[in-house]
Amino acid sequence: MTEKRQTPKLDELTKGPWPSFVTEMKKVQDNPMVNDLLGQLERSYNEKIGHWKHGGIVGVMGYGGGVIGRYNDLPDDFPECNEFHTIRVNQPAGWFYDSKTIRKICDIWEKRGSGLTNFHGSTGDMVLLGTRTKELEPLFSDLTSIDFDLGGSGSDVRTPSCCNGKARCEWACYDTMKICHEVTMHFQDELHRPAFPYKWKFKFSGCANDCVASIARSDCAVIGTWKDEIKIDQKALQEHYVNGGGVDIARDVVNRCPSRCMSWDGTKLEIANEDCVKCMHCINVLHKALRPGDERGAAILIGGKAPIIGGALLAFTLIPFIDIENSLEDIYEVVEEIWDLWGEYGKNRERIGEFIQRIGLGNFLEQVGLEPAPEMISHPRTNPYIFFELDGEE
Amino acid sequence: MPDFMVGDKAYEVDEDGFLQQPDLWNKEVAEAMAKTEGVEELTEDHWKVVNFLRDYYVEYQVAPMIRKLCKSTGFKLNKIYELFPSGPAKGACKIAGLPKPTGCV
Repeated sequence: MTEKRQTPKLDELTKGPWPSFVTEMKKVQDNPMVNDLLGQLERSYNEKIGHWKHGGIVGVMGYGGGVIGRYNDLPDDFPECNEFHTIRVNQPAGWFYDSKTIRKICDIWEKRGSGLTNFHGSTGDMVLLGTRTKELEPLFSDLTSIDFDLGGSGSDVRTPSCCNGKARCEWACYDTMKICHEVTMHFQDELHRPAFPYKWKFKFSGCANDCVASIARSDCAVIGTWKDEIKIDQKALQEHYVNGGGVDIARDVVNRCPSRCMSWDGTKLEIANEDCVKCMHCINVLHKALRPGDERGAAILIGGKAPIIGGALLAFTLIPFIDIENSLEDIYEVVEEIWDLWGEYGKNRERIGEFIQRIGLGNFLEQVGLEPAPEMISHPRTNPYIFFELDGEE
Repeated sequence: MPDFMVGDKAYEVDEDGFLQQPDLWNKEVAEAMAKTEGVEELTEDHWKVVNFLRDYYVEYQVAPMIRKLCKSTGFKLNKIYELFPSGPAKGACKIAGLPKPTGCV
């Protein structure tokens, strides 16, 4: 093997108590691709300039997404990482694997690529970092032979992801893993064949704690909620929090309720459920005494995005409550309606949230055939915004 | 930059095989490039797509959005992938001699 590249600047990043990507990469510096990759990065640190070229179009037959082409602009100096394409692999719902499966993936990746991985990317996929164009088809075939598939990239449905819901969490108001899997399977064409103005992300959270941050990071967030009343076990409340101590119910729960719907007289907790916004705060704090109601489902929110182009947007409510496990067909219908409109009138690289801002929520709802509802305003109860149409005036 | 050979003529292409000088494109280049993208023979349907892309590019100096391509040719996206297995961007645009489309990964 060629000489190990010296990387004094990168080595600074191995000092200190925190995890370091340099430490991890150095463990496999015997691999020539990794050796050149470290050398290239050190060079970038010295020159204060990135040496990855913008974009690249590579892929596997039949798919338009899943592989992100990467080339460096120093092929003579760092030939081993001149082609260094990224592969996105659709993760299992909730990120459940057994170690045997991960070993199989790593074996394939060591054979076909650099061996470097990122578990997981921010969309949720397993990310396999660095391979050559000639390895793409064999790699794809190896992955499918162990029942894995590529994820989304480009202007398509990005790999849907979900919290691990009912598998681990008692608050999940619907089976996030099942719904995530079903939606992924239903939209396979849209996932593998980019045809939108820009990316579209689905994320599924079982409750308003929103462990996958769906409201901030997905165009379509499906967040578990309930319709009836929060269940209170007054006896458990006394036992664990009043006598058991540790929680100042008035200060930590009642006064922190965003809609001020709770009262506490020192012995009895009461909730005005009609004012509850299902934020989960009281349930999180008094988890042994409070539970979500029985009539559970999900709210569908739309328009969230991180600030890559334009600013960050939080998703807002489109459908306040739906029995999602029994109504997936209805969701598909609404989503496809939205895609048609956005596909027709959306600008290139315009996310759905930006599109709705541009055309106006009123026009958007009219076009996709949804009735306006009070929950759709971005700050319910504090916003005087109302809908009216001149034509409809008597 | 590598060269793409058609007969004894060399065309400069980028690392993904896209023509560096789109003006040099001709039918022979298209036919030769098709073979590198899993298309053995360019049929009438292939040409419908290629010609549309070419005309659009010549007029607007940019590749059309995929929805526009589907609407104008009357082919559904799945049909485009049947014709060009490596897809409209990597396959069809390359064969039509367009510069590499840019986009978000």
